[in-house]
This record gives sequence, structure tokens and C-alpha cells, in this order.
Amino acid sequence: MNSIPTAVSIRAVAKHFGQFVAIREMSFDIADNEFFTLLGPSGCGKTTLLRIIAGFENTTSGTVLLFNEELKNLPPNQRPVNTVFQNYALFPHMSVANNIGFGLHMLGWSRKDIDDRVDQMVKTVRLEEFINRKPAQLSGGQQQRVALARAMAPKPKVLLLDEPLSALDLKLRQQMRAELKALQKETGITFIFVTHDQEEALTMSDRIAVMSAGEVQQIGSPSEVYEQPASRFVAEFIGDTNLLDASVVSAQSNQHNQVDVKLDSGECIPATAASPHALENGARGHLSIRPEHITLNALSTTNDLAGTIRNTTYLGTDTQYEIKLDSGVNLFTRTQNSGNQQHNFSIGNKVNVSFAPNSARFLSH
Amino acid sequence: MAAAGSGRTVSNTFAPVRNWLLLPTWLTVGIFMLLPIALMLVYSFLTKEFRGGVIWEFTLAAYDQFVFDRGLFGDEAPSIEWTYITIYFRSLVQASMATLLCLLIGFPTAFFIATRSPSTRSMWLFLVTIPYWVNLLIRTVSMKFLIRENGPLNQALLGSGLIDTPLQLINTNIAVQLGLFYSYLPFMVLPIYAAVERYNFSLSEAGADLYAGRWTILRRIVIPAVKPGIIAGCILVFVPSLGAFLAPDLLGGAKTFMIGSLIEEQFKGNAGNWPFGAASAMILLTLVLIALLFYARAQTKEQV
Ligand SMILES: Nc1ncnc2c1ncn2[C@@H]1O[C@H](COP(=O)(O)OP(=O)(O)O)[C@@H](O)[C@H]1O
Ligand SMILES: [Mg+2]
Repeated sequence: MNSIPTAVSIRAVAKHFGQFVAIREMSFDIADNEFFTLLGPSGCGKTTLLRIIAGFENTTSGTVLLFNEELKNLPPNQRPVNTVFQNYALFPHMSVANNIGFGLHMLGWSRKDIDDRVDQMVKTVRLEEFINRKPAQLSGGQQQRVALARAMAPKPKVLLLDEPLSALDLKLRQQMRAELKALQKETGITFIFVTHDQEEALTMSDRIAVMSAGEVQQIGSPSEVYEQPASRFVAEFIGDTNLLDASVVSAQSNQHNQVDVKLDSGECIPATAASPHALENGARGHLSIRPEHITLNALSTTNDLAGTIRNTTYLGTDTQYEIKLDSGVNLFTRTQNSGNQQHNFSIGNKVNVSFAPNSARFLSH
Repeated sequence: MAAAGSGRTVSNTFAPVRNWLLLPTWLTVGIFMLLPIALMLVYSFLTKEFRGGVIWEFTLAAYDQFVFDRGLFGDEAPSIEWTYITIYFRSLVQASMATLLCLLIGFPTAFFIATRSPSTRSMWLFLVTIPYWVNLLIRTVSMKFLIRENGPLNQALLGSGLIDTPLQLINTNIAVQLGLFYSYLPFMVLPIYAAVERYNFSLSEAGADLYAGRWTILRRIVIPAVKPGIIAGCILVFVPSLGAFLAPDLLGGAKTFMIGSLIEEQFKGNAGNWPFGAASAMILLTLVLIALLFYARAQTKEQV
């Protein structure tokens, strides 16, 4: 890890708008060549953080370093960072070629170098035939590509992308995900990608920072934030989960944060604690269990986690079951459809519910 | 330019009544705009009556008088009469200067207003238009009062020690331009304001993001985006400035005589010459139309 340089370092950055706190003090590093995603609901401060990195907003406190150099007081037009704006912000009176070449022109490149680079960029984003069109004569997807080409043309060290796909329809969005990811790997530019779409974040990112109300809730790889959510917010925001009120009954502080928890409905369950301070007896919190981590078996012997199928929903690849445990707790599960009808349950069936202790995450907040 | 060619299907539904609904518009345009121009055109080819009015006899005398000294139809060789051409040229210069002045002051003003918070914008706009609740004549007279030899402007300048002798502004080109500027400034501010208000400021941020400085952003991004507003404002100031007569009459003198005053004189009292006034007006109208046509051509070319 030490050999990879840090591209962007957020050091104790906070941003207030008058009384309103848009970003509470946060610190983290983004590695060079990384596809880093800021994921969170609308209004959580993603755009504000991006604008601070680009230089459009000052920090209230804290600093941003770019390759270990302090960025404070450097105006946006002197930062080797480019932005793909949420609404693209293409220059309406300029052709596609002039839009893409604008930054190069400002950097004082020669006419020939600009032309070569613009040619290269329109090839990269496959807009060769549209080079003389104005932005208004392009579809949303094409405008998006122009914005991308324009921002990447000056070969920035870091590219900031503010929900670049949110204005596109689903099919195009899915296609662009793969293209963006490929482009990032190909160019080696560090991407800081903002989205409120968890699927987008999971499929594209090297690492994700999950944000909520101006705070970073968790930073990790897609599988880490999905499989090992650090908080109730992360567990609920990314994917679907069962959340059950529970408290710790025995903290076996030996290894791997293993704890026994007691559901408010009475069941005792071995689980994994998300954070060390959950390891106190009596600590209250939530148990999070992903629906696809739950195994259903036909009821054989009496078991403390037995229940009845209340509803089934066929989802194509999966079937979703809603189960009421004998204690009264409601759970939902997803089982992959194998094509073997024997494995399917129907409403009213009695079932046994089981899951690994690793899949039951005890979240104290 | 912007032809209203869309909405065919909707208008077809109303086709039977549409012509009747448009009748008031056509009547207004016909009676108050086309008919006077037609009358003017006819009068410009009639013979003058000495106590004002016309004799119904066709002649080119009015146009002849405007352009030639000894006359195209006399015995001697004709020579160009420079008096009126000079007045027209001077008017073009005056109107251009006034337009430029309005643009230099109006553009930053419009920009300032459009970037205030939405709640205070209407107050600023109201402030800009307040003087227009007062009659143009009275406003022009007040301007004369302000800039005369011992008026408030000179007294303030003398008092502050910036000048030793009062500025002689009355009867100069500067006074006329000030008058025109004051008369027509809102016609510059309002269209530019409307354009700047629609301007998407993230375009400026995109410019800064792509390494452009403040002036480059203004020149290469902001001004092209609000250009329609600038051009509309320039036309709205230039056209009435060209034909203005109050400001040149009240603030200027013989040396600042402009088209508007020339035409005005031809119709005033018994001394006038109606056909010559009509011909002068037609020449002015033609000049303005040619200028607008050039502008329209440039616009359509740009859109392709
Ligand atoms: N210039 C500003 N003045 C006041 N509040 C602002 C300003 N910019 C953003 N905010 C507020 O800060 C919060 C975070 O905004 P933003 O960063 O745009 O969120 P996101 O991009 O995650 O949707 C929002 O509640 C927004 O209203
Ligand atoms: Mg945003």
C-alpha cells in the first residue's frame, strides 16, 4: 500500500453555510489511480465536498492536499483537477470540438497539439461524426460524453464527476457505467465519482465513502460496505436488509468481534459486532441480516428460529419469502431459483431459518 | 428570424375563428403603423405648400433638396448638399456613442441586478425604472438643470476641488450624449438583465475549471451566451437615440443638431416643409431597416 501515492488527502475538512453544517469534520485519503465514490442520499454534502476539491468553495476549516501539495487559496483555474458537472455545463455557442479543446487552449497548447488531442478524445468517446455540432444538437448521452471528453482532454491528475449518469435513461446508464470504469482503468486518472445510486457505486468503485448528513459513515471496498456495514445507515442505504432490535448478552471478546445477542422478541443469536464498543454486555443496537444470507429448510426438529411463510414473490433469479417467526418477528429472505421445484416453499409452510454468525451484524448505531 | 412556424395542429383547430381573433391586431398594425408610414411615403413625393401642408402634385423635390445643393433639375451642374448628410452622420455618431455609453454602464448594472438574491432583484429593477414614471421632457429639463454652469454637478466638482472653472457642458456633444444615455438606459438594462438571469452560472465555473481567467470567462463564455440580450438592448437604445429631438434640442445647440430636430422643425408652425420632413423621415427609416436587415442576416447565418 505504501508504494501507491496519495492523490487527494482530505484533512479535517468542514464546511458551514452560515449556521448550516454541510460537512462535519472529515478526513480520508484517496489513492492515485483509484476509482473512489462518494455515495449518499441527496443533500448529504457530496457536491459540496467535490466543489471544495475543485476550488469553487472554501473550507470552513481543514485543508485538501493534492499529491501532498496544499491546495488552499489556489483558484479553480490553477488546480490540475477537472470536473464533469452534474448538468454537463457545455458551452452552448461552441462546437463539440471547441468545447473539448477549450481547456487546452487556455493552457496555451499549440493549435496542432490541440487538434490532435481533440481528435484523440472524440475517438475515445466515439463522437467522431458530431465534432462540428453544437451541444443543443446532441442527445443526453452524447452531451455526457462531450462533458467527459472536455474534462479529460487536459490530462488532469484527478477527475471529479458529479452524478454524471443521473440524467441518462436506465439502458444508457448501465452501458456508460462499464465505459467509465474502462476509461478510468485505461487512463489511470484518479476518479472521484459522486452518486446517490448504490448500484452504480457497487459496480464501478474501487472504494466507496458512504456519506450521510455531512459525515462519512464508512469507507471500504464495495464488498466491505455491503457485507460488513459499519452502521445501521450503511446497512439500510446499500442493498436490502433485515433490521432487528437486539442487545448484547455475552461479549466473547476473544476473536473476530463475536458476540451473542438477544433479540427483543427473545431469541438468542450468535453474531458479529460491527464496532468494538458494541462488545459490552447490555449494549443495545440492531442486528442486520442480508436476505440472501438466510437459508430456509423444511421444518424437521423444533428449533428456536422456526417460522411460517407468509408471502412469496417471484423475482426471476430469486424468490423472496416473507416469514413470521414463531416469536412474532418478521424477516424476509431471498433464495436463488435453481429450477428445481422441490426447493420452493409456499404460503403457510413451516420452515427453519438459519444463517452464519458472520452474516448477522450487530450494529450499535 | 424566429418565425412562429410551430403549433400547426393547434392553430388548425381554431382556423375558422383565428382570422377574426387576429382582426384587432391587424387593425392596430394597419391603422397605427402601416398607414402612417404609407402617408409619410406619399407626402415625401408631394409639392410643399408655403404655410405648411402639401399640394397634391408629384415631385422628387424633397429628396433632391436633401442630397443636392443646386438641384438635379436646375440649369447649373448639381453638387452635393452636405448640410443634411452631415446632420445624419452626426446623428449616427451621437446615437452610437449613447448606445456605447448605455452598454458600458448598463451591462454591469444588469449583471449586478441579475446576481442579487431573487427577493431583492425586483427592488433593483424597480429602482432602475423609477425615473420613467416622469415625463421625458421633464427629465431632460432636469438634466439641463443638473449640468448647467452653476448647477449641482459643477458646484459639487468645484466644491471638491477637482476643477477650478465650471465645466461648459450645455450645448456640447457630451451633454446630448448624457441626455440620450439618461433617457434610454433602462432599454439597455432590461433585455441584458433578462439574458443574464437565464444564464447558467455553472458555465462560468466550467470555464474556471478549464483554466480560464475571469476576463476570458467573461469574453469567451458569458458575453456570447447573453449576446441576444446585448443586441436587443443596443437596438432599443440606438433606434430611438437616432431619431431623438428632445435631448439635442434642450441640451445641445446648433452644433449638435440631430435628425429628430430636423424632422421636427419641418412640421412645426408655418415655417415647415412637410414633404421635406417626410422625405427625411423616410431616409432615416431606410437606414434603420438596412441596419436591422444586416443584423438579421448575421443572426440566421450564425444559427446554421
Ligand atoms: N451555497 C450554499 N448555501 C447554503 N446551503 C448550501 C449551499 N450549497 C449547498 N448547501 C446545502 O448543503 C447541503 C449539501 O448540499 P450538496 O453538497 O449539494 O448535497 P448533495 O450533492 O449530496 O446532494 C444541502 O442541504 C444544501 O442545501
Ligand atoms: Mg449534488
